[in-house]
Amino acid sequence: MTVLETVPYDQEEISGGMHRFSVLVNTLGTSTKTNEKLDALTSYFQQAPGKDKVWVIALFSGRRPKRVVNSRLLAEWSREQAGLPPWLFEECYHTVGDLAETIALVLPSPESDSPEHNLSWYIERLAELGPLPEVEKKAFMLECWRELGKDGRFVFNKLITGGFRIGVSQQLMVQSLARVTGLEASIVAHRISGNWEPALVSFAELLSGEGMSEDHSKPYPFYLAYALEGGPDSLGDPVEWQAEWKWDGIRGQLIRRNGQLFVWSRGEELMTDKFPEFNPLLQLLPEGTVLDGEIMPAREGKPLPFALLQTRIGRKNVTKKQLTEAPVAFFAYDLLEYAGNDFRDIALEERRGQLEQLLTSLHHPVLLLSPVITFGEWRELERIREQSRDKVAEGIMLKRRSSVYQVGRKRGDWWKWKIDPLTIDAVMVYAQKGHGRRSNLYTDYTFAVRDGEILVTFAKAYSGLTDKEIGQVDHFVRQNSLEKFGPVRTVKPELVFEIAFEGIAASGRHKSGVALRFPRISRWRHDKGPEDINTLDDLKKMLEMYGK
Amino acid sequence: MQPLITFTEYGLFCQPGNFYIDPWLPVDKAIITHAHSDHARWGSKEYLCHRGCKPLLELRLGAGTYQPVEWGDIIYVNGVRVSLHPAGHIIGSSQVRLEYQGETWVVSGDYKTEDDGISGAFEPIRCHSFITESTFGLPIYDWEPQEKIYDDMRSWVQGNRESGFASILIAYSLGKAQRVSVCLSAITEKIYAHGAIANAQEILRQSGFNLPSLTRITPETPREELKGAIILAPPSADGSSWMRKFQPYRTGICSGWMQVRGNRRRRNADAGFALSDHADWKGLLKAVHETGAEKIFATHGFQSAFSRYLNEQGVKAYEVKTDYGDMEEENDSVGDSTI
Repeated sequence: MTVLETVPYDQEEISGGMHRFSVLVNTLGTSTKTNEKLDALTSYFQQAPGKDKVWVIALFSGRRPKRVVNSRLLAEWSREQAGLPPWLFEECYHTVGDLAETIALVLPSPESDSPEHNLSWYIERLAELGPLPEVEKKAFMLECWRELGKDGRFVFNKLITGGFRIGVSQQLMVQSLARVTGLEASIVAHRISGNWEPALVSFAELLSGEGMSEDHSKPYPFYLAYALEGGPDSLGDPVEWQAEWKWDGIRGQLIRRNGQLFVWSRGEELMTDKFPEFNPLLQLLPEGTVLDGEIMPAREGKPLPFALLQTRIGRKNVTKKQLTEAPVAFFAYDLLEYAGNDFRDIALEERRGQLEQLLTSLHHPVLLLSPVITFGEWRELERIREQSRDKVAEGIMLKRRSSVYQVGRKRGDWWKWKIDPLTIDAVMVYAQKGHGRRSNLYTDYTFAVRDGEILVTFAKAYSGLTDKEIGQVDHFVRQNSLEKFGPVRTVKPELVFEIAFEGIAASGRHKSGVALRFPRISRWRHDKGPEDINTLDDLKKMLEMYGK
Repeated sequence: MQPLITFTEYGLFCQPGNFYIDPWLPVDKAIITHAHSDHARWGSKEYLCHRGCKPLLELRLGAGTYQPVEWGDIIYVNGVRVSLHPAGHIIGSSQVRLEYQGETWVVSGDYKTEDDGISGAFEPIRCHSFITESTFGLPIYDWEPQEKIYDDMRSWVQGNRESGFASILIAYSLGKAQRVSVCLSAITEKIYAHGAIANAQEILRQSGFNLPSLTRITPETPREELKGAIILAPPSADGSSWMRKFQPYRTGICSGWMQVRGNRRRRNADAGFALSDHADWKGLLKAVHETGAEKIFATHGFQSAFSRYLNEQGVKAYEVKTDYGDMEEENDSVGDSTI
């Protein structure tokens, strides 16, 4: 029995699906109100052709079709059609900040208003292009460009270049699907997560969970915490709360089901192959176990700075050398499934008890228990929090002992209480135009500290200023830069900013010898000139203090 | 021989005529292309401008010495033959043509090549040297015809009405607001406006321009009356507390910058209409071509890219840095002080 039976789906005779999709993308991209976005998604999922709906779920959750044409060729063909020299196309690209949109804008106006196909038609055709020779790919692209309007071209190009980052959270999509299907949001979230092939599953199958082979790899949707502003006093009695270190690693789920082991990241990336250290756990973990925790570089049970992991997470295959230089461990803090039973509705206290029992009995060096911090009063915890950096933690997590494991970012039961970042005053030396809603504005800056008479760059940052401030900096860059072409401007070193960051590590790749973790602008130091900024020595001192 | 126009710290200077065009510092004699604040600055002793521009200068700069002329009138200033010609940018906007000892220069000011029906149709003028703006001097700026944008705007407003929302159109008070008022007068009897826009519209109507009358929003305007209304507001009012009384509302920004999605998203508008008072890429190229000029000077905007492209096309072009801004984006201060 399923509520889905009442929903009209798979009406493949509906055409014009591409137009419908481009309207949706447009609405989601410009709407500023969550409710309007939700309405737009809901009515899309009520009315769009079934196959298109499956693709939209896939695209909006980061499952893009295999890339069949590279960016260079796309740019070349569109530039040819528009009759533009390469440098001018580049200028356009840097101003628009998005290749798919640049192409849509420079192409000559569409020739006719021929009826448009469905989204799935375009995706299927694109998939077929894969093995074909370049001339045929080109012919298909030009034909599509000719028949699609500006908005249609944009979404069509996006299918190839990838990344529909248009301000739709996974949660919003889940909510709209829950509305359309009448299912619980948490069930929808679980069904659309994990491994599934958009070309092979229908909308009904995907959401009913029927007709598909049971997918044992699926992680549960992660429960995420909000930042705690202004201290824990507002949380009431400390005895109701469990405190843990907030690790700075990769949030993940470790799953053993059906005799297999899976490692998922919070970004829903299957990372099992990247962490061969975890392989022995397959034999140890009982069937039907799902752990929530943090993947961290660690040696002898002690967490190490995240920077160590940077060298290996980008690689497809991990080398022996990396395994010895940057070993990892899973710091478990929650038990979501045990002996095949969904534990998420059980209180944290009980889950924790079971987790401790399980891990103690396994006793394996790569599967560690993320410790609970014992404390009496909030003041005491506040003092403990000050040791965060020594513990390679970003602060403290506070979880209500009675809380169930929820879906997505929710207020109330889980809070992250981060320590203040490290800061340094630096001068802006390069500026680059941003992307998305920051296109055609100089929003990405490179900063330098002083080393005697010279300036040494050490960080890039692009967030932390208000729109008004960005406007002012943009104006300054335009008035005080030397080069005229290309994306990067060398700027007169005059504007001073306070740069905040979470961690610092030695780096051979950066001129300054240090790499910062999450650098961002914390404020504009109007009160300071370039002569007042910090020095390279200051950075090196920080490296000595916090870099280990 | 010294060129007829030189670029000085005060602005564009005609040495033999001893006058400036759109100077950004006070001078003795200034010829003004149009009344936007980056072109018409305060403090000069004498101003010469088009008849339609004069009341707007008075509104913005206060009383002073203004000499109004018609397009095509010929005036001699210290032996330099001066005439103004329609630029199609806003009401009263003009190109300035200078002729001296057989040499002809044209300063475009801001212009658009599509006839908007109220600003006068842009007229290409043959000259030796052409000083052109380049606000939208990249091929990504390719405007839809005005009628198409007007249709989109009207159906957006209709849609808002049907779902019970007021429509706030953000438009620069001089130029864009007049066009939008004409566009929307086709579907409504009553258009409300922020004081800055009401002021400009009132002055223009008094000067004999056939524009719809606007209802000024005042603190006394009753809230109920504004349910589902159509309201014109300048960019400076966007996001301010002034807009609260129109709730529920949707905002639509009318600016050439809306051509790019990132700008629409940045401005947090519900809709963006790429309606501009500047020439698009094709318009700029067409204008340059039709002047037949040997030398092109590209000012404010994408002057580097535009002049490089012209040079590659075999047209001698130079880029010039000026203090002119971009009134499609910057804050609108026209008449704000008089609200």
